[in-house]
Amino acid sequence: MITYADACRVLNESRGDAVAVTTMTQTKYWNQVSQEPDLDIGIANGMSKASSVALGIALGDSERSVFCLDADGSLLMNFGALATIAGMAPKNLYHFVFNNGIYSVTGGQPLPSPNVEYAKAAEACGYAAAFKFDDIESLDSALPEILSSAGPILIEIIIKGEPQAEGVDQTWESNAQMPLQLRALRKRLTGNDDWGPGGPFI
Amino acid sequence: MQHKATVTSLINGVLHPKNVVAQLVELGVSHYVTLPDSETAHMYKALMAEPSITLVPVSREGEAIPVAAGLFVAGQNPVVSIQNAGLYEAGDALRGLALGIGLPLVMFIGYRGHNRMGDTPDTAAKYLEPFLHMWRVDYFVVESDDDLDRVPVAFERAAKTNQPFAVAIGTEYAKESSEELGGE
Repeated sequence: MITYADACRVLNESRGDAVAVTTMTQTKYWNQVSQEPDLDIGIANGMSKASSVALGIALGDSERSVFCLDADGSLLMNFGALATIAGMAPKNLYHFVFNNGIYSVTGGQPLPSPNVEYAKAAEACGYAAAFKFDDIESLDSALPEILSSAGPILIEIIIKGEPQAEGVDQTWESNAQMPLQLRALRKRLTGNDDWGPGGPFI
Repeated sequence: MQHKATVTSLINGVLHPKNVVAQLVELGVSHYVTLPDSETAHMYKALMAEPSITLVPVSREGEAIPVAAGLFVAGQNPVVSIQNAGLYEAGDALRGLALGIGLPLVMFIGYRGHNRMGDTPDTAAKYLEPFLHMWRVDYFVVESDDDLDRVPVAFERAAKTNQPFAVAIGTEYAKESSEELGGE
């Protein structure tokens, strides 16, 4: 079983200049290791939709790798995205699914089924490849070859659950942060600072 | 006394997909993110014949706005096309990833059940305009080619306000021949 901190550390070491779309507990740990905040988006105000946002970025900038640090509960809420991603087949999309079998941010309640095989589901939907890791050494050693292969690739990571006793730390502050992150990312990807204010936060 | 409702459509004129596609091309649309529905089937065919616009089919309408948000962030110019019933399913995505981030996005919404009489047995139609008002999404209704001058205005309004803008398609797209779509 792998910890969030270790998983995010090794993914960050292999990141290069990839965009990182994160959600839920992954965002907290990713923010502790990322050296490229202008290439990060923490999806806090878009329930379960990190993989769909990542798909859009991957299609829109096909020259740059896109990491999606998804959660098992989030993916279950947006399961059709596996078929959508497979159908569009973005070669630059690497879909990491952190599988801990629980809803961490709401206190650790179990998912409807603890036995979903996300890597097998991705393969069945038509991803180019899918892998599953439950120890950090294997993940670390396999990443270079995975990331040099054409996507979309799903990498299921068996994670040690960390249920949050006092709820999630991603409400107002994170919701307000997301529009700013998205504007910073658009500026970084396009070179244009042309997305003005809008919405309730800016 | 019994009243028998008359639900015959009062919409005159025809909406040709090729005319809508021509507008999208002129407006520089790059991606058409959609889940097809019966009213827009012919539009789908017309888009498949247009090489400058990439079709992005999604499995569920709630994916469409997040995919479009990602495309926009990457510098593209997407639109979304989903049915009114699908828009209701996509409500949280509309809230968080369009209204919540100030996304200038034109959404083509199939106005299933629309008959211009107000009273319709189809609740998908009954709730559309109240839904858009409640979410503070401005919109135009397009029922025929005569209304297509509203489409560029929708794009201008979305860009000016940094908010989503809906174009409610109030009729079924007309069927066009393969010759009209550029086929053989």
